[in-house]
Amino acid sequence: MQRHFEEAERELKDALLQMGSLTEEMIHFATKALSERNGELTQKVFENEEQVNGLHIEVDEKCLKLIALHQPTAIDLRMILASVKINSELERIADQAVNISQNTLHVLKEPKLDEKLLDIPRMAEIAKAMVKDSLDAFVQKNVQLAKSVIQRDNEEDRLKSESFHELTRLMQNDSSTIQRALIYILIGRNLERIGDHATNIAEDVIFMVMGKDIRHNVEATSPAS
Amino acid sequence: MEMQMGKLPDESLPLTIETQNLGAGYGAGEVIHNVNLKVCAERVTAIIGPSGCGKSTLIRCFNRMHEVHPAATYSGRIMLEGQNIFAMDPVYLRRRVGMVFQRPNPFPTMTIFQNISAGLTLNGERNKSKIAKAVEISLQRAALWEEVKDKLHQPAVALSGGQQQRLCIARALTVEPRTLLLDEPCSALDPIATAHIEELIVDLKKELTIVIVTHNMQQAARISDFTGFMLLGDMVEFGKTDKIFTNPDDTRTQDYITGRFG
Repeated sequence: MQRHFEEAERELKDALLQMGSLTEEMIHFATKALSERNGELTQKVFENEEQVNGLHIEVDEKCLKLIALHQPTAIDLRMILASVKINSELERIADQAVNISQNTLHVLKEPKLDEKLLDIPRMAEIAKAMVKDSLDAFVQKNVQLAKSVIQRDNEEDRLKSESFHELTRLMQNDSSTIQRALIYILIGRNLERIGDHATNIAEDVIFMVMGKDIRHNVEATSPAS
Repeated sequence: MEMQMGKLPDESLPLTIETQNLGAGYGAGEVIHNVNLKVCAERVTAIIGPSGCGKSTLIRCFNRMHEVHPAATYSGRIMLEGQNIFAMDPVYLRRRVGMVFQRPNPFPTMTIFQNISAGLTLNGERNKSKIAKAVEISLQRAALWEEVKDKLHQPAVALSGGQQQRLCIARALTVEPRTLLLDEPCSALDPIATAHIEELIVDLKKELTIVIVTHNMQQAARISDFTGFMLLGDMVEFGKTDKIFTNPDDTRTQDYITGRFG
């Protein structure tokens, strides 16, 4: 039986996927602008942000309407709750990409730092793949893929910590690098936060599919567990 | 067929009704099969399921209304507070386990007062002041007293549908049952009258065990503590209402409550 709900569900997922591809593109251009030292590339990030903001509101409206009109239960209700949360995560990912771009525009005014100090291409690739896979897991209701996203967050955290220590050492040795190095630390932090948001999406997917809340290891106390 | 049955939702709660391998039907046909259900005291238990799944037949077994049909058949056991109901006098059983039906059915020729007092007078009560007090208490418990206290001697059929249904609940309460069976009590009522009945059910569970059959899943989700899902005469899944409506174990339950069924 084809239901009106399924049509609305498909539209909701399409809107979230559109947000996902816009944010992936934002991460791509924000980090490319930094590694290629080309400030013009950030323009695409700011353009996409407006679209993401529009979709942020649109997705919330779709969710509100689905709840009000269909009074969903079980997997349908969990799907909508997950969508509301994923929507917020994607909007925050877009904000992080904007922050990377703003930080990049500042750092481009300064002389170049040794690229080895912050492995931006590697961190950006991991972050983009985490965002993409978390959304694929959402659409495919794929718990294994969601779990692999959560595991990859450790790698992102490790890269951020390494670069933080390297950059701190650099600042201690050469005070003229402080301004640049601080901005690099912030960018590392932005990329690491994107990984955290993708991890949150993956946790929402597991909740949606299995009805289990795995955040903060509170699975055992969840009423739905 | 795998069934999620017989599990007591909360081991600490006393039981009012317990069915053991209960089957029931008409003539050679069985309508419900092998149902093992535990109804907790002073809680609301909702029975949901598509038309014809055996919900009404199941609750009609609980006060032996089922056997009013000449071809009715039973198998298995039903215990009411630990006692076999088939060893009880049916009239005594029905005083302990009251029932309210889908359509409000006040006695058409009687006044509001007479409708409520009928159960007492039929049971031989003659003390007028005692009867008047009992009528008032029943109408108060059914949240109808304030609306009818000045027109107790008007015909009951002059009340609105929602008021008539609360009158029927008041009438069932007059003989002080410990359990109340409600068979789709709101299906003929508008949303305001439905809300009144739902409030009343939640209030009444402080002192009564309530079993409600409903087609309205939101209603089951709102007012019940436990929910059983029936399909083709089987109790497919039984458990806490919040679990059933957020994360049921059985895919058939999920398909039904999300509207994918059929």
